[in-house]
Amino acid sequence: MKEIYLDNNATTKVDEAVFEEMRPYFCELYGNPSSMHFFGGQVQGKTAEARSRVAALLGASPEEIIFTACGTESDNAAIRSALEVFPERRHIITSRVEHPAVLTQCRNLSQKGYRVTEIGVDGAGRLDMDELKAAVDSDTAIVSLMWANNETGVIFPVEEAAAIAKAKGALFHSDAVQAIGKIPINMAASSIDMLSLSGHKLHAPKGIGVLYLRRGTPFRPFMVGGHQEKSRRAGTENAAAIIALGKACELAGQHMHAENTVVKAQRDRLQDALMAAIPNARINGGGAERLPNTTSIAFEYVEGEAILLLLSEMGICASSGSACTSGSLEPSHVLRAMGVPFTCAHGSIRFSLSRYTTDAEIDTVIREMPPIIARLRQMSPFGREHLKGK
Amino acid sequence: MWDYTPIVRDHFLNPRNVGDIPDADAVGEVGSLACGDALKLYIKLDENKDKIVDAKFQTFGCASAIASSSALTEMVKGKNLDEALAISNQDIADFLGGLPEEKMHCSVMGQEALEVAIFKYRGLDIPEHDSEHDHGHAYPDHEGEVVCKCFGITDTFLKKVIETNRLTTAEQVTHFTKAGGACGGCIPKIQELIAQVLGSEDLQPRKRPEKLSNMKKMQLIQEVLERDIRPLLWADGGDLELIDIDGSNVQVAFRKACAGCASSGNTARMVEAKLRDLVAEDIVVEEVSQ
Repeated sequence: MKEIYLDNNATTKVDEAVFEEMRPYFCELYGNPSSMHFFGGQVQGKTAEARSRVAALLGASPEEIIFTACGTESDNAAIRSALEVFPERRHIITSRVEHPAVLTQCRNLSQKGYRVTEIGVDGAGRLDMDELKAAVDSDTAIVSLMWANNETGVIFPVEEAAAIAKAKGALFHSDAVQAIGKIPINMAASSIDMLSLSGHKLHAPKGIGVLYLRRGTPFRPFMVGGHQEKSRRAGTENAAAIIALGKACELAGQHMHAENTVVKAQRDRLQDALMAAIPNARINGGGAERLPNTTSIAFEYVEGEAILLLLSEMGICASSGSACTSGSLEPSHVLRAMGVPFTCAHGSIRFSLSRYTTDAEIDTVIREMPPIIARLRQMSPFGREHLKGK
Repeated sequence: MWDYTPIVRDHFLNPRNVGDIPDADAVGEVGSLACGDALKLYIKLDENKDKIVDAKFQTFGCASAIASSSALTEMVKGKNLDEALAISNQDIADFLGGLPEEKMHCSVMGQEALEVAIFKYRGLDIPEHDSEHDHGHAYPDHEGEVVCKCFGITDTFLKKVIETNRLTTAEQVTHFTKAGGACGGCIPKIQELIAQVLGSEDLQPRKRPEKLSNMKKMQLIQEVLERDIRPLLWADGGDLELIDIDGSNVQVAFRKACAGCASSGNTARMVEAKLRDLVAEDIVVEEVSQ
């Protein structure tokens, strides 16, 4: 069965051109980029090129790019660094809808005596800017807010938030793993201090990330024990993955326009058709500015895991904010923070598209989804009663 | 992906007996929209009101909830009411070739709906279940004290499930009943219930000795800590270390997840209760930070 892959916020296909770019750096050009000899030197030349390519996508300078192992490491490094450079500041601000890479760390730090404020969102997933303004004070070491939400695609006004943080002398970090490659980002015109990127969300392999660190920002490394990355991240460079990420960023820049026109049109067509064909559904974050590739739709009176497995039978790969898929028992913290009604909190499905998504695939989902929802509602004790006569 | 057996898959993709029975003799309804799963079970008896001749279900929930409901309707057909009441949640899971432990609560929901249906048919009192707003369980023996406020689950119900399925950790209890799966505030209480249930079982073969020398007492304390208490804590990512024993005064320090946990006081009481049960009545457990 050929898969219809609409789960690109979970991970993406490695672009074939990206794979070709990295291929020689395993068995042939396997030198250590830090070595003095010519063999390491030619790898070093390619990783430097990759650094420039990543910087170009972000509107940054190459020396502001620190390669890490993943987005989660970048998030951890950013927050810990801020607390170390400002030991007298004991307050951290984040949001209730952050990725666990940020939220779990903040909650752990709150157990260690740090004050943590989690800013709320409204029903459409928009950040409460008034709450943020009121929360930042001279004790705040760092404000960490995601650029775009992984479940709903809702975009936060991070530039505005960064200005609020900076006014009180706090550092500002943004987990931008879902935004980079999908919407234009220009750090040259930004006041954001630190930014996290994850390679596998933009058609590079898993196991490579970036921490953008604005020039002049005080920093303490998370990983120590080597001079790599100008002693800001110790550990032998994952050269092949770094080279791959450089290529992936170059391609992301080239596809940026298509992402915001072609992919966005496919996303809109998918959600419009599903909303028209299926009663008692709502788009999570539909009223907010969102990523062009993401839509999260909540269906009343059905449960997400059952929908996903029936979709999977048709070869369609999607994701859900449902408790039952994660082994936990409550709907996702994002949907709960948004106050999604309990009638549909358990039945949310996320479709996340990519430049590989075809119109024919969208047609298939538009055809297969309504009968799946109807079938589960027919089985549900609530669906029948509540939908009667509608 | 969940590791579902081919039987679970089959009952999810081709559920048997979906629907309702307008003139059903017994109907059992458990769960709610807010809880994330719910089951309405219909049972039709033969002319003599003895054997179950038909059963149908409506289920809101995940694949294993649908499969468990489907399996249940197949299992009860042809049984009389007493035979049906004897079906345990484990029987439902076995029928399906097993369920992932995280999904055992689906089989419990099936067993519960069956019990509610039969109790109601027999005229036993069952609290009304508001399907939209009430998180509460419709478990017949609703007498007990609510332990898990998030899902409205009582100690009576929890003890029954712990005993039937011989559960030994709070995590298992969550997988089987959902209790403790949301805010987690009741986990120490669940651990106490486990200790109570296990303790009452253990008491017969493992009697508290009548008189102990100091040496024997110290040995027994260490043994109980190792064998009965630390495994309970490990299951929740915690641990404890024995610091000192002075007569009947036992000093322990909590480690890992237990260290600095707000409910470590409750855990210390659980440890004390267990030691009093199995070693000596006068034991006092003191938590020290070392």
